[in-house]
Amino acid sequence: MMIRLFYVFILLSYSAFSKAELTIEITQGIATAIPIAIVPMKWSGAKQLDDRVDEIVHSDLQRSGHFALIEASDMLSHPSAEDELYFRDWRLLKQEFVMIGRISLIGVDQYQVRYQLFDVFNEKEILTQTLSGSAAQMRDISHRISDAVYEQLTGIRGAFTSKIAYVTTNPQRTQFNLSIADSDGAREKVILSSKYSIFSPSWSHDGKKIAYVELQDGGSQVYVQELATGKKQLISNFKGINSAPSFSPDGTKLALVLSKDGNPEIYVVEIATRKWLRVTNHSSIDTEPNWMPDGKHIIFTSGRSGQPQIYRINLENGFKERLTFEGHYNARARLAQDGRFLVLVHQSEKGAPFHIASLDLTRGLLNILTSDTELDESPSVSPNGVMVMYAAKYKQRSILAAVSVDGDVKFLVPSKNGDVREPAWGPYLN
Amino acid sequence: MQLNKLFAVSLLSLAIAGCASSGTTEDAAVTDTSVEESQTQAVPESPDLDVVTEEQSAMAANPLLEQTTIYFGYDRSEIRPEFKDVLNAHAEYLVANPQASIALEGHCDERGTVEYNLALGERRANTVKRYLVVQGVNPSQLESVSFGEERPAMMGSDETTWAKNRRTELNYQAR
Repeated sequence: MMIRLFYVFILLSYSAFSKAELTIEITQGIATAIPIAIVPMKWSGAKQLDDRVDEIVHSDLQRSGHFALIEASDMLSHPSAEDELYFRDWRLLKQEFVMIGRISLIGVDQYQVRYQLFDVFNEKEILTQTLSGSAAQMRDISHRISDAVYEQLTGIRGAFTSKIAYVTTNPQRTQFNLSIADSDGAREKVILSSKYSIFSPSWSHDGKKIAYVELQDGGSQVYVQELATGKKQLISNFKGINSAPSFSPDGTKLALVLSKDGNPEIYVVEIATRKWLRVTNHSSIDTEPNWMPDGKHIIFTSGRSGQPQIYRINLENGFKERLTFEGHYNARARLAQDGRFLVLVHQSEKGAPFHIASLDLTRGLLNILTSDTELDESPSVSPNGVMVMYAAKYKQRSILAAVSVDGDVKFLVPSKNGDVREPAWGPYLN
Repeated sequence: MQLNKLFAVSLLSLAIAGCASSGTTEDAAVTDTSVEESQTQAVPESPDLDVVTEEQSAMAANPLLEQTTIYFGYDRSEIRPEFKDVLNAHAEYLVANPQASIALEGHCDERGTVEYNLALGERRANTVKRYLVVQGVNPSQLESVSFGEERPAMMGSDETTWAKNRRTELNYQAR
């Protein structure tokens, strides 16, 4: 059941410290959203904390689309301990769950956050945790709480602690920044700044490295960058195209595209030894490889049928299989972490708009997920397999947007200034 | 990108000494690209005056040489008939001037995926290359490079803009 539930524009309240450029605009939630109250946490310190834990948890749960959040100003009381909690107040407000908590200073720049989640109807505590860290880690703590609450109430692991990578550019396209940020766009950190186009960022499965393409005047090159050190390593600089990197599940290899022999083909390179293996051999365009979780298959885009479609190749015996049959243009497929489905760029017929679709690999069902945005591109799936982030044109600008795999939840992530493109949702980090 | 085109034009007019001067007002904008590219190129120690004269006459003989952008249909990479005269003129020039070389820069409009367009841009550069080679140009005079959808000639999301962005630019290189 899809109804437009939220038309709220939420500017996340960023602290003065963070330089986050992205904002979140929720455009659609689900009708059966669970009513939950995240009560402002008690903090008795002298100085106000920069990151409000309860506000971040509130935003996380709201953005997921699965919860209906009550504003703090609409609550009848703000309890922070169990003995201050009157369930009838929350029943009156038709809340199913209520979370309370408090923050205390336990050392130099060390804070302890203790929270309790209650089931209002059964009047019992269903989850409690105590987490501690520095002021700079308050967002990490908040996202950890969101993950735990989300999992407790939906049965699905939360992905609020995961990161996203994306590229921002000025309107003149003379400056490109590859950045990583929290999945809500906060705490943006530029990891590469270039006057050349950067695209196709791809995470290693341990979340420690990102491979990407830099398109210089002489052509495209593939690099791998270690996030902890910022060290940038040139992987591929052959004549012609060097592009579309994808890490193998074990992180030792990259699949990528080279056209050094005259035509774009998929190759695999062992990063440590630089041993190259050619995977495809066809006169049409083969590109956009993505590794299956088994490490033995690669999916890729090929124009071999006349139009781009998705194929899967077995690396051990070379067996190729076409996966998409519906639509004029199917490209840039990215697998969910468990490999059960993939998301791709889909054009139903020539001249039709480009949208994001999912393809169930066991049943072969194609499901178009987006409709409100234009020129939808570069989809990637959250590590828990629930949300898809993609790039799109919206009101003449390039923005990021997200849609749930069931199509029910949608939100937009525009940049405050300039264009944002090429999102890549990172893996679980804990 | 417009810059590259201007760069090519300014190089040509340099070689041709006094012929067709265009885009002088934007020379400042051009320097960024040209300085970087010229750093990697060797400069001949003594220019051959005879060669300069030949280039001048070839250029003067054929105004088609001033057209250095070939446009393509949507999702297509084959040469349209209306661009064959232009390419024939460039082929003739390159055959007559074996020291001249061009970078063939393939571009796409913004529709379709970034990586598929990078491949399509290379096809657009390579079909021009093949066409010129068939006309007798030495392949060593031609270098293909794809910029995909990353360096549009025009910004915008309409048919006119897209048509201007689906192109191969012939950029004469300094030697």
